[in-house]
Amino acid sequence: MTNHWVDIKNADLVLIMGGNAAEAHPCGFKWVTEAKAHNKAKLIVVDPRFTRSASVADVYAPIRTGTDIVFLGGLINYLLTNDKIQREYVVNYTDLSFIVKDEFAFTDGIYSGYNVDKRSYDKSSWDYARGDDGYVKTDPTLADPRCVYNLLKQHYTRYTPEMVERVCGTPKDKVLQIWDMIASTATPDRAMTIMYALGWTQHSIGSQMIRTGAMVQLLLGNIGISGGGMNALRGHSNIQGLTDLGLMSNLLTGYMTLPGEKEQDFEAYIGLRAQKPLRPNQLSYWQNYRKFFVSFMKSWWGDAATAENNWAFDYLPKLDKQYDMLQAYELMNQGKMNGYICQGFNPLAAAPNKAKLSASFSKLKYLVIMDPLATETSEFWKNYGPLNDVDSSKIQTEVFRLPTTCFAEENGSLTNSSRWLQWHWKGAEPPGEARSDLEIMAGLFLRMRDMYRKDGGAFADPIVNLTWKYAQPHSPDPEELAREYSGNALKDLADPKDATKITRKAGEQLAGFAELRDDGSTASGCWIFCGAWGPTGNLMARRDNADPTGIGQTINWAWAWPANRRVLYNRASCDPHGKPFNPKRKLIAWNGAAWAGADIPDFKVDENPENGMGPFIMNPEGVARFFARANMAEGPFPEHYEPFESPLATNPLNPNQPQAMNNPAARVFAQDREAFGKADKFPHVATTYRLTEHFHYWTKHVRLNAIVQPEQFVEIGAALADELGIGNGSRVRVSSNRGHIEAVAMVTKRIKPLTIEGKTVHTVGVPIHWGFLGVAKPGYLANTLTPFVGDANTNTPEFKSFLVKVEKV
Amino acid sequence: MALQSLDIIRRSATTLPEPQARGAHAGQVAKLIDVSKCIGCKACQVACMEWNDLRDEIGTCTGHYDNPHDLSDQSWTLMRFAEYENPKGDLEWLIRKDGCMHCADPGCLKACPSPGAIVQYANGIVDFHEENCIGCGYCVTGCPFNVPRISKKDHKAYKCTLCSDRVSVGLEPACVKTCPTGAITFGSKEDMQQHAAERIEDLKSRGFDQAGLYDPAGVGGTHVMYVLQHADQPQLYSGLPENPKISAMVGLWKGISKPLGLLAIIATAAAGFFHYIGIGPNETDEQDEEAARRELEKTP
Amino acid sequence: MSTERKRDEIVRYEPATRINHWIVAISFVLLALSGLALFHPALFWLTNLFGGGPWTRILHPFIGLVMVIAFVFLGAKLWHENVMQPRDWQWLRQIKDVVNNREDALPEVGKYNAGQKLLFYAIVLCLIGLLLSGIVIWRAYFAVYFSVEVIRFASLLHAFCAFVLICAIIVHIYAAIWVKGSVKAMTRGTVSYGWAWKHHRLWFREATRAQRK
Repeated sequence: MTNHWVDIKNADLVLIMGGNAAEAHPCGFKWVTEAKAHNKAKLIVVDPRFTRSASVADVYAPIRTGTDIVFLGGLINYLLTNDKIQREYVVNYTDLSFIVKDEFAFTDGIYSGYNVDKRSYDKSSWDYARGDDGYVKTDPTLADPRCVYNLLKQHYTRYTPEMVERVCGTPKDKVLQIWDMIASTATPDRAMTIMYALGWTQHSIGSQMIRTGAMVQLLLGNIGISGGGMNALRGHSNIQGLTDLGLMSNLLTGYMTLPGEKEQDFEAYIGLRAQKPLRPNQLSYWQNYRKFFVSFMKSWWGDAATAENNWAFDYLPKLDKQYDMLQAYELMNQGKMNGYICQGFNPLAAAPNKAKLSASFSKLKYLVIMDPLATETSEFWKNYGPLNDVDSSKIQTEVFRLPTTCFAEENGSLTNSSRWLQWHWKGAEPPGEARSDLEIMAGLFLRMRDMYRKDGGAFADPIVNLTWKYAQPHSPDPEELAREYSGNALKDLADPKDATKITRKAGEQLAGFAELRDDGSTASGCWIFCGAWGPTGNLMARRDNADPTGIGQTINWAWAWPANRRVLYNRASCDPHGKPFNPKRKLIAWNGAAWAGADIPDFKVDENPENGMGPFIMNPEGVARFFARANMAEGPFPEHYEPFESPLATNPLNPNQPQAMNNPAARVFAQDREAFGKADKFPHVATTYRLTEHFHYWTKHVRLNAIVQPEQFVEIGAALADELGIGNGSRVRVSSNRGHIEAVAMVTKRIKPLTIEGKTVHTVGVPIHWGFLGVAKPGYLANTLTPFVGDANTNTPEFKSFLVKVEKV
Repeated sequence: MALQSLDIIRRSATTLPEPQARGAHAGQVAKLIDVSKCIGCKACQVACMEWNDLRDEIGTCTGHYDNPHDLSDQSWTLMRFAEYENPKGDLEWLIRKDGCMHCADPGCLKACPSPGAIVQYANGIVDFHEENCIGCGYCVTGCPFNVPRISKKDHKAYKCTLCSDRVSVGLEPACVKTCPTGAITFGSKEDMQQHAAERIEDLKSRGFDQAGLYDPAGVGGTHVMYVLQHADQPQLYSGLPENPKISAMVGLWKGISKPLGLLAIIATAAAGFFHYIGIGPNETDEQDEEAARRELEKTP
Repeated sequence: MSTERKRDEIVRYEPATRINHWIVAISFVLLALSGLALFHPALFWLTNLFGGGPWTRILHPFIGLVMVIAFVFLGAKLWHENVMQPRDWQWLRQIKDVVNNREDALPEVGKYNAGQKLLFYAIVLCLIGLLLSGIVIWRAYFAVYFSVEVIRFASLLHAFCAFVLICAIIVHIYAAIWVKGSVKAMTRGTVSYGWAWKHHRLWFREATRAQRK
């Protein structure tokens, strides 16, 4: 979230698209009802199904799954054409005036630099043109045909309301009604928030859908302001913390990235990431990358990380490719990866294409499961009749099940969607032999280290030199880890302005990442968390919900990254002179000497606004980007590509270019491409989703949840049910090219057939929560149906759009 | 659920008034369910099960979100989902939390034959005291909302207690405590009516011209009230009765027929008694025996 | 039996019939007590006779079944003697003579007089009503199959039939007390010639004729 849960109450308009907040985030959804009840806010829901969120919406519109970029691209076109933009905001705070390189081009759905064999782009042309001063050229009049404004306008001219109706199936009058409502927030006194979740991320073009939403918000001046923002609703209680702490194959902590295999040189690695400003007097905060990185390396390797060895840069793996989960299962399937540790993860159910997963796990030598529950993955080898029809005698994988504690049985912090690190305390002792993940990981590490120490091995240094200063090495406690990722001074730190003054004594916790240094005198395991456990103690454990300004800025409740800031980019809530655009919802303001207010300024605190520093200080531009430059895999402007399994034969936006049918930059493994189904055999569009009554594959083990939603079902529109003669409550078979499931048919008016390119398209809803283990009625794993392909940037699987066939059983 | 303080104002099957000295001077309580804010998450169902230590069976899917399918001795509340296409052609998913309405004039209490099995507290809560319940099911017959359920295990009647145990110590009912969207609120009936009025105004501003409060006069008002988008058509909400009242048949059965019936019995017995006293027995004497014998002799 | 007695008395009820009657009668008393206990709060204390409220609720319908089944046998046996004859209507028209013990003014009566016959029909109708409505409101087994409206009607019908029956049985009992010698007919099985001659002359003739053959 750029903003936070409570701030949603300040919205005048709430757009829920690519998510179903009422269903999946019922507790957070209270802030939508607050906005409606106390702020007269209107709620718009755009979704393939009439959802629980839609049930309390003012306006609902259906949309074909996977076509959100068309809807939002059309909206961008509408806003630009009708000049419904917050002009002062976009001219000053975005790159609309920036001039783009002449080499950059877009033809028939493909950007310049495409290599069809590699399915990737040479992105060198995706950049701004530079002036003689080295800075990016701009045209504040927005007249230059090569400025981002005009390229953007040009790009989305094809996205007309008619095109939206044809591709998304949304009735044109509904489209225009919704666009008109959204356009009303272009004025400084109105704010719209966008709430999205997996309904946007789980597409082969998911990242670009989110970008399109963000671009809409920028045009309306809704980023950085109270009641606005792009708000990703995270599913797991700590999934935000997962990415923050770098638990992605290509990340280090705090969104620092692992070097690629070509980045063997430390300075080049830093240089690429510590970008110099692209415009005069911009902060380009990532220029501090070296400080964050060195402090991180000191945290991990302590004295072994020295200036001489480039802070142990060589200890870090250098990636030859992304090692996301799809890659991992592909490697297993090819027999190249033969051991796997699943920590709090049930991939047999949670990754796409169960058949491939089962085959992949069957080729492993060993599989370790760390989980509080008996997961399907841990019993993938066991025959459960049609629900898991495997021949156990043919599977040689050795499976170890290590019972872990669950969140309520341990202390720790959970980072919510609002980026708040909230400390929690153990509520119960773990049962039986369960051990915390920390104990298990420590046990594993200590044994490995002993073996390396005793027997040596190839490149033992990163293991034997790892910092491990916990009071009980076999069982580090969460408080120790929290202090470690927050960070401390390794030596006495002198004030840079006055060397005689010591600001931090050696060993003292640091108050924030501004104190981090690149000389090895500070350590911080995760720079964005720096200060969470500061010199005054554990700020995550704070529980003061005082809200002095009444706009929900409870800054003494827990601790938010970065720097306890609650609304990111909040400098953008003020005009260029530092006055709040909307005085009623004032976050910060320039008081003549400093920035101050209800939030921690996301800006240089003493920077006079008249100096022209942009509010998007993390970008070297200083402003927000419509033109993504080389940061996205498939292009600087979001373009609609059909899902990899589409009911259409061509992409209506680019009908003449077959390469532009699906995301041209998405990675597809050959075998998985063969497993894609076609509309002639699988005529129905399916989408998977979650239900309020359950949480993933966990709560089917819980009696209360099983009582309120006991048995697997699929949702089928009344029209399709009539066509196929399916009665409500009868059993149906839903098959894709990868397998089939059987479930109860829930025949509903909430799913309507859509007319797409003149053809009727039926949507089938597949909730995911059932499996062959647990106390709920046994069911099929829904991922039996889903295709093994992901987003081109994140490789998040395309769980939301695929083709199936529905039949009566 | 007998853990209430003893401010009972009405008691089933009792001929004399209950202690009346203690009254709810701060106002009677009410639970307000704002259907327009409800997202059907069923947290209230789970909270109810947890607080009251209830576990219904793990059922099946019958093509609806309603699970369990009906109220039972183990499910004192449940969400009922109704799909409604309004005249404008837009779909509405009307989700109503069903359960005891805690009528001011409770049909269950009227019908109950067992003294003290059903009570009404001064604060308006209608509660079942299962230790006094004999399991006849008359409460089911008497209820205008089809709420009480008889357990198959112990043949006692169960329903929502409005968490009388929590309310008596100053807490809100468990469902209210857990409701994530604030669709369920709890307070004095007056406050809830006022809150409802604000909500209705908001709904009217959103095009629900017929929005209103469901507090049916036919049962003297209820201590569980609904804010409905379509108060003119409560039956849209999974058959919420339009004008609930204690059935005339129940009224007759549990009203006038009680004294009339007893009177008839007493009158009949008295008639016999006084006939005996006034006219006397019809006896057979020697003459009759003689006459009988004579007649026998006459006959060939 | 002595020869003298044979001369003086007529068998009105065989032992089987008497036992049957008393099963019905005892069932009725239990039903009336348990039913009234559940009907009026002032009589709820009667549930103590049955082991408390729940036991009263459990036993009542089963006793009801016993009564109905027992009555089916009794009714089958007595049915043909309770068919209304033209003389019965005359008897009813002279009801004043009946209550004032002016029996000699009345038409001659068969085994049952018109009042007894009407009672018989009342019992038959009430029992049918009680059985059917009782099944509908029998919560433990059958109520679930009926709509609440049907149950409400059945509850009312059950109460109505019960009162009619109770009143009818009070009349029946009183008649037995009033017409001396009747109780003996149902306890010992016999009546005197005089009793039969006085109250049921046609039956008297029939019975004595049969006795002599």
